[in-house]
Amino acid sequence: MQYLVSVINDSSDLATQEEMAAIDAFNDRIKAAGHWVFAAGLGSPDAATVIDNRGDEPLFSDGPFVESKEYLVGFWIMEAADLDVALKLAAEGSKACNRKVEVRPIL
Amino acid sequence: MSAVDARAAVTRAHREEWARVVASLTRRFGDLDIAEDAAAEAFATAVEQWPARGVPPNPGAWLTTTANRKAIDRIRRESKRDDKQREAQLLYDDEPPEPLGAIEDDRLRLIFTCCHPALAMQTRVALTLRMVGGLTVAEIARAFLVQETAMERRITRAKAKIKAARIPYRVPSAEDLPTRISGVLAVLYLVFNEGYLATGAGTDPVRQDLTAEAIRLTRLVRALMPADGEVAGLLALMLLIEARRTARVSASGELVALDEQDRAAWDASLVAEGHRLVRERLATGMPPGRYQILAAINAVHTSARDVRDTDWAQIVALYDQLARLDRSPIVALNRAIAVAELDGPEVALAAVDRLEDSLAGYHAYHTTRAELLRRLGRGRESRAAYDRAIELAGNTAETAYLTRRRDQLGVRD
Repeated sequence: MQYLVSVINDSSDLATQEEMAAIDAFNDRIKAAGHWVFAAGLGSPDAATVIDNRGDEPLFSDGPFVESKEYLVGFWIMEAADLDVALKLAAEGSKACNRKVEVRPIL
Repeated sequence: MSAVDARAAVTRAHREEWARVVASLTRRFGDLDIAEDAAAEAFATAVEQWPARGVPPNPGAWLTTTANRKAIDRIRRESKRDDKQREAQLLYDDEPPEPLGAIEDDRLRLIFTCCHPALAMQTRVALTLRMVGGLTVAEIARAFLVQETAMERRITRAKAKIKAARIPYRVPSAEDLPTRISGVLAVLYLVFNEGYLATGAGTDPVRQDLTAEAIRLTRLVRALMPADGEVAGLLALMLLIEARRTARVSASGELVALDEQDRAAWDASLVAEGHRLVRERLATGMPPGRYQILAAINAVHTSARDVRDTDWAQIVALYDQLARLDRSPIVALNRAIAVAELDGPEVALAAVDRLEDSLAGYHAYHTTRAELLRRLGRGRESRAAYDRAIELAGNTAETAYLTRRRDQLGVRD
């Protein structure tokens, strides 16, 4: 089963050198254990463009689809047998990147 | 067999077998929703059939078999629509009945799943009462003063989350067990406390249904995990509080403070059982956790024949021990109450006043201040503190008690 582990930022600070090193070490560890599927950091919401092509022609608009103080700055996709395993990995990930994370099952 | 006897047999089976039936079905079918529905249907069938056909020799086995059949019926019905493969799998599933040990474990699995930290606390409470306790959704809704439909939604959403996020159905690993057990005990203690100090204007001040259910479930956890000190501690704590239940509320529905209670009205057998558990834990020589210390404090109170015989030094020492584990201001407040008996109200008041920042919104903080100020002869301040406590207290018996105490203060002060 796969889980999306979203990294939530509640400040505008970028990851520090130390945090990057901890994230790398964490990634190596979960790759070795077979939990790593994918991971990425994201550009800031200011760089977002929203596209709606449900109508006759695509509409493009600037900015994130929802303005909020907390936003997604990165994510992991992890392979885990069940939520307990995913929560344990997510807790380690939160420690490594020094941010809150949210775990959601991928259907 | 009379219809009355048969109904009594169903009630008894419900109390004794519900959790077992739900737990074994959950393991077999991997789905709480199916397990719950099938168990409920099996009990409904028992209500219909037992009066006419007699109570089966092994009611638990009968209920499990019947519930299994109901679950398979439901899955077949549903799989006609989608999953043919699963149907085939189920049809040929004729595993022999589990040995007793594994069934015991099933109930423990069920408890840990219902008390999973990924669920909101209120949801854990509701789910545990439904799945393990066998209370109906209507009963749980009534206990927590919410609409039945809202409670139904909460439970349905929890079951959906357990399934979608794959919350596992197992006893946690040894490494995680201590924290996960404390999560289970927190749920049970919350149920107990809601019964012991029920909130809400329209409810009875003491909800014996909830305290009894909490004790029953804690006994079950204790039977499943007899070596765990905190489980024993929580059970002892509940028993020692429950023992005083009838003495705690007067005939007119007013709270009776510990120092005014008729100690002869305490339930001697519950006190004895609680004391036995506390002694048993002391004999292990292992460092006690939070519930064991709270139980020991209650054991000291219930050992005194008269309030004047209370060993306050011992109680303060136990609160010191507790404060090292739990730095919460509520522990500090309770410690101060004991300090008042040992070192006088002035020392205690100074300690209580230091807690204002964190406890200004908590009625017991103001009650404690009111009582200490009263003893120091500071009537006007005491009255103001009672006023605030009355505003904040949610329990009808407590409000009645506080109002009387306030009104006893002389008008002069």
